[in-house]
Amino acid sequence: MQYKTKNNDVYIVDGSRSSFLKAKGKPGAFAASDLAVYTGRELLKRQPFGADAIGEVVTGCAMASPDEANIGRLVSLRLGCGDSTPGWTVHRNCASGMQALDSAAKDVALGRHDLVLAGGMDAMSRSPLLFNDKMVNWLAGWYGAKSFLAKLKMASKFKVSYLAPVIALLRGLTDPVCGLNMGQTAENIAHQFNITRAEMDAYAVESHKRLANAFEKGYMGEVEPLYDTKGNVFATDTGLRADSSTEKLARLRPIFDRKFGSVTAGNSSQVTDGAALLILASADAVKKYNLPVLGRIVDTNWAGCSPAFMGLGPVYAATPLLRRNQLSLNDIDYWETNEAFAAQVLGCLKAWESDDFCQKELGLDKAFGTIDHAKLNVDGGAIAIGHPIGASGARIVLHLCHVLKRNKAKYGVANICIGGGQGGAMLIENVDSVEEVQS
Amino acid sequence: MSEQQYKNWRLELDQEHILWLYFDKAGESVNSFSRDVLEELNSIVDDLAKREDIVGVILRSGKEKGFIAGADIKQLSSFTEVDDAVAFIRYGQKLFDKLENLPMPTVALIEGFCMGGGFEIALACTYRVAEDNDGTRLALPEVKLGIHPGWGGTVRLPKLIGAPMAMDLILSGRSVSARAAKKMGFVDAAVPKRHAVKAAREFIIKRPPVHRATALQSFTNSFLGRPFIAKMIRKQLARKANKKHYPGPYAVVENWLRHGVNNHDEAMITEANSIGELLLSGTPKNLIRVYNLSEDMKTLAKGCDFKPKRVHVIGAGVMGGDIAAWCALRGMIVTLEDREAKFIAPAIKRAHKLYKKKLRSKLKITPVMDRLIPDVSGAGAKTADVIIEAIYENLEAKQELFKRLEKEAKPDAILATNTSSIPLDEINTAMSNPGRLVGIHFFNPVAMMPLVEVVKGKKSSDETVKKALSFVVEIARQPIEVNSSPGFLVNRVLMPYMMEAMTLLEEGVPASVVDKVATNFGMPMGPVELADTVGLDICLSVAKNLSEHFGGTIPERLTKMVEAGNLGRKSGKGFYYYKNGKTVKNKAGSLPIDKKDVEQRLVGRMLNEAVACYREGVIDDLNLLDGGMIFGTGFAPFTGGPINYARDKGINNITDNLIKLQQKYGERFAPDAGWEKID
Repeated sequence: MQYKTKNNDVYIVDGSRSSFLKAKGKPGAFAASDLAVYTGRELLKRQPFGADAIGEVVTGCAMASPDEANIGRLVSLRLGCGDSTPGWTVHRNCASGMQALDSAAKDVALGRHDLVLAGGMDAMSRSPLLFNDKMVNWLAGWYGAKSFLAKLKMASKFKVSYLAPVIALLRGLTDPVCGLNMGQTAENIAHQFNITRAEMDAYAVESHKRLANAFEKGYMGEVEPLYDTKGNVFATDTGLRADSSTEKLARLRPIFDRKFGSVTAGNSSQVTDGAALLILASADAVKKYNLPVLGRIVDTNWAGCSPAFMGLGPVYAATPLLRRNQLSLNDIDYWETNEAFAAQVLGCLKAWESDDFCQKELGLDKAFGTIDHAKLNVDGGAIAIGHPIGASGARIVLHLCHVLKRNKAKYGVANICIGGGQGGAMLIENVDSVEEVQS
Repeated sequence: MSEQQYKNWRLELDQEHILWLYFDKAGESVNSFSRDVLEELNSIVDDLAKREDIVGVILRSGKEKGFIAGADIKQLSSFTEVDDAVAFIRYGQKLFDKLENLPMPTVALIEGFCMGGGFEIALACTYRVAEDNDGTRLALPEVKLGIHPGWGGTVRLPKLIGAPMAMDLILSGRSVSARAAKKMGFVDAAVPKRHAVKAAREFIIKRPPVHRATALQSFTNSFLGRPFIAKMIRKQLARKANKKHYPGPYAVVENWLRHGVNNHDEAMITEANSIGELLLSGTPKNLIRVYNLSEDMKTLAKGCDFKPKRVHVIGAGVMGGDIAAWCALRGMIVTLEDREAKFIAPAIKRAHKLYKKKLRSKLKITPVMDRLIPDVSGAGAKTADVIIEAIYENLEAKQELFKRLEKEAKPDAILATNTSSIPLDEINTAMSNPGRLVGIHFFNPVAMMPLVEVVKGKKSSDETVKKALSFVVEIARQPIEVNSSPGFLVNRVLMPYMMEAMTLLEEGVPASVVDKVATNFGMPMGPVELADTVGLDICLSVAKNLSEHFGGTIPERLTKMVEAGNLGRKSGKGFYYYKNGKTVKNKAGSLPIDKKDVEQRLVGRMLNEAVACYREGVIDDLNLLDGGMIFGTGFAPFTGGPINYARDKGINNITDNLIKLQQKYGERFAPDAGWEKID
């Protein structure tokens, strides 16, 4: 395949996401691939083409189980896309789902495929417990001991403390370079921009209220119910607390910096299982199958920043994206910013309002501007919905498309912070058909 | 050297001097043993006995599908004299003995199904290598036809693996996988396809010791062990099959008890004589007929190239949900629609339970669960090849639905209703093309009931009906074609029988007696227990519907019980009590009427109604009527079905009996006019 681009436009033609299920301290009912397959089959069954028309499947997943190596291929096969449809998996931590969309979009733009199924999923509740190094070493000795005597000797060396598990989820959410866990990086941002606990809690309550309202008004049409094998159906996001209030949230204790911190479970995103998948199409495919157009992916930008302030990633990613497309903050009608932490979203807003930050960090002359909260996460965010890290990047893009359509708006940006100090931002234009863009 | 040419066999000598003996029956897609096949094999084996240039023989199927399906059923059922049957059996036995006694080692390379005679020829080989895949199934299914293995199976298998395991296989007729066969010991290696040929070769070249029964297994065949084992087996048999109806398995046990397995010649002759007699008795004839009927039913859709892949089911209740689950299990992509997700969830749960039972491993369950797609939005209707409606029984609702479906469905999709009480010709009045509507009527529980009635309305097009038949075969069910008339065939015939049972109850005959009489006749379950199992509310509504059309009275007791909420098994109380899912039956007291009358009344009404269905044209084919009754109601299979039964007893005797019953018990027994059309 030649790398000379065909410069195809990339359209989002449809998408759905599963209901997001809050982890309850034990493995949830669905594996990551189950979540993706049950979401994807909903999406595929309403298409005028069969699953075998899909050119490739790209999925983001940050915590696939041992049984789900290259989960993208697994999902592709389970969805019936056929042996000949390749599938692959991307990992960019919290932005894996958005990375999948970007990767898929590039393949469409390059003309490699006309239809790509892309998105992400994670079953964080199924994140494994691992043996610690001491136990692994002891086991190596045990299996190596051949004689009865050698076994006896190994047995005598065993200590109960070896059984202490390594909790993969906690390790995954701890930065291996700066040593801070994600919550602590949010505390850093709260400190830098003087964000108070009360502001965070108020933001979190609003997230729940907005999501509750969105479900009530029928704005969450992309959410598909999940059915388990015990006769239960999960039709809405189980982490939603419609009755959330600042009083209730004020009672929670900080969980990352326990003594003096202000980031609590209540003003952070939830540990969640879920999947979101979209179908990206070339103009040819849109015409061939007469597909409705949900939106056009105009551009994507990725950026790096200090791992200790990873929550500001959206700012670093979105600023060049807008400038490259000659757009200002005001030109963007709606924003979907992933709410890893209330402190982090509020920090992003304040960063753009700060002359100092914008000059030093973004190379601008002055503050980039202000985003009206009325344009940001209008139907709630990850604090209420949950944040299955592989899925969120795809979820916000999909929902942004629906928000733009509903409000007959033109431009939207979905942006997301990434553990490890990165940010991703995707610019979406609301278009209804292929012709409209070309004329 | 080039080998001699045969019609049904192909011989190839390879470089290692192994002779590959391919069984490739002329003009057939599946291998089976008929006389000409055996005669050719006989001369091959005679020839092989003299050859010194070969180190071993590998017996393999030359067909794409399967090893050997067994003896040619048509030929088996064609004997009219016991002596001829015995002679044919003995011919095969002696041939297999000659094969067993060849000077060089032999290997049966089993790829795919290996049934009956195929199993027995494999047992006569020195070694058996089976391909380990889903298609390889090994069985001695003869008891299912009312006979038993006849080419040494009842002698060689117990000898090889001991009596308990061998008798289990022979008496149940069940099939096992290659791996299970290896575990039991009658297959020496179960290997994947990639190693099958290599493995077979290696047995010839290395000649490892042949499999032998363990000391304990051998003891079970000994003079001391046999009586004890036989007693246990007889006891188990009595629980499963009535000796009067199914003499085959009992004969196996008696023959084995008498001769054991070590006196080979005597045991073989006994086996041959026993099967020869059985073949000419009524049961196998009828059971073979039933087998042939089921094969005929599969060919009803012949000539139709409809290959459905997607099924859309509307209504996720017990019937709709279970139909959807079954279709997914049989490889279809199924969308299951209902108004809300919560109505679909229980169906998914039931489906998973079924798959766990049928498929066991997660590896096999996952793809089936993935294919069963809940569909609140009803999007699946647009891409489905078959759409089945299973919503509540309401004419307007169904009409509305089909109006919608007609617009949404692909032009070549068939639209089907699972209704059991609403005439198709009333539903299709709402449709602009009524020819597209057909009935596909399943029975509860779907996964257990093999029969499906394909219901033809007056306007249903032939093409639609053909496609529906084709679909039913595709999902491994037995179709019969019936005309849309209340109750169709199965419910129509069952209802008078069940109503008669209730009348008997009202006359004071205890429920357990009524049921016992029915099961003694050969029904799988008595009518009273059946009513409780189906649900008395459902019985009542079917009875009401049918009595509206055909007259007849509904027993008062039934109405009262339903009003009181005693609905049968599901409510814990019906005609019987149910404790933890088990039936509590009272001891029978004295009988107010002759026991013989009980049977004649129950069966008589069923026969009479079956004939009425034929006369009215509900079903046009008497053979299929029998098939429908056997697969749909469990009508005693060894009788060959109601019509076959009536013919065996003499049509005149049956009608005379009905007249007697009519005089004694009332007009409902008056012989139907249709009896005159049957001879």
